[in-house]
Amino acid sequence: MKKVRVLITPKKGLLDPQGRAVQELLRDRGHNVGEVRVGKLLELEVPEGEDVHRLVQKFIINPLIEDYQIEEL
Amino acid sequence: MKFGVCVFPGSNCDYDTYYVIRDVLEREVSFIFHEERDLSGYDVIIVPGGFSFGDYLRPGALASKTPLAQSLYDFAQRGGIVLGICNGFQILTELGLLPGALLPNLSMRFICDQVYLRVENERTRLTRKLEKGEVLKIPIAHHDGRYYVPEDELKKMEERGQIIFRYCTEEGEVTESANPNGSVSNIAGVMNREGNVFGMMPHPERASEDILGSHDGLMLWYSLISD
Repeated sequence: MKKVRVLITPKKGLLDPQGRAVQELLRDRGHNVGEVRVGKLLELEVPEGEDVHRLVQKFIINPLIEDYQIEEL
Repeated sequence: MKFGVCVFPGSNCDYDTYYVIRDVLEREVSFIFHEERDLSGYDVIIVPGGFSFGDYLRPGALASKTPLAQSLYDFAQRGGIVLGICNGFQILTELGLLPGALLPNLSMRFICDQVYLRVENERTRLTRKLEKGEVLKIPIAHHDGRYYVPEDELKKMEERGQIIFRYCTEEGEVTESANPNGSVSNIAGVMNREGNVFGMMPHPERASEDILGSHDGLMLWYSLISD
C-alpha cells in the first residue's frame, strides 16, 4: 500500500467566504496577507497500482467548484 | 400516479414529504431506501431534505454514489419525474442530473426562515398550476444553499427557461436583500434541459397546510399530479 494526500481547494475565482473571513481576521491583527483559501485534506491508503487521479475525480471532488492536487507520501 | 420518497442515512424531511403525498394529496407513496435499485412502477420520485451521510465531504456527495442514486439517474434518463428538495437538490447536482452546485451560504450560517419566491417559468411539470411572476411564501432551512453556475451556463439556462424560482421580496421584486444565501442571480430552483428533473432549496412540504403558516407549496404538488 502507498499513502497519498489529496489537497482540495475552492476552485480558482470562486468566492470562498471561509477564506475571506480568515484573511480579514489576519489583516485586522496587523498581518499583511493576500488571498486566503480554506480547503480540505484527505489522506488515503491505496494499493501501489491504484489510479488515484481517477478515484479522486470519480468519487471525491466536484470539478465545478473544487481544484485538487495529489501528493505521494 | 405513484410517488417514491428516497431515504438516505440522515434524510430528515422524508416523513414530512411522505405525509403530504399520502394525507394531503391522497396519492400512493412508498419510501425507497438508499440500497434499492429497482424503481419500476414509480412515476415521480422525491429526493427529500436532510443531511444525508452527515453532509460529509460535501452536502449530497456521498448520497450521489449510492445504488439508489445511480438508479435514479437511469430513471431520469428514461423521462421519470424527479424533484430534489434542499439536500435532495444538492444530491441531484452532485449526481449530474442538474447543472450547477450548492455552496455554503455567504454568511456561513445555517438559515431557517420564511422566504418569498417568484415563479420564473410557469410552463413546467412543477409549476403549471401557477402564473409567471406569482409570489410564493415557502420556508428555507439550509447551510449550503448558495446556487452557483458559471456565467456562460447561466445564460444558456435562462434562455432555455431552466430557472424556475428566484428569491424575491413579498411584492415580487428580485433584490439583493431578498437573496438569503448569495445564490447567483437569486436562484432558488432550477430544472434540467429536458424538463423532468427539478431542484429547489425551499421546502414545499413545509408549506402545504395552513397550520404550518403557508399552503403555497401545495400548488407545486398539484402541478405534479395534474394531467
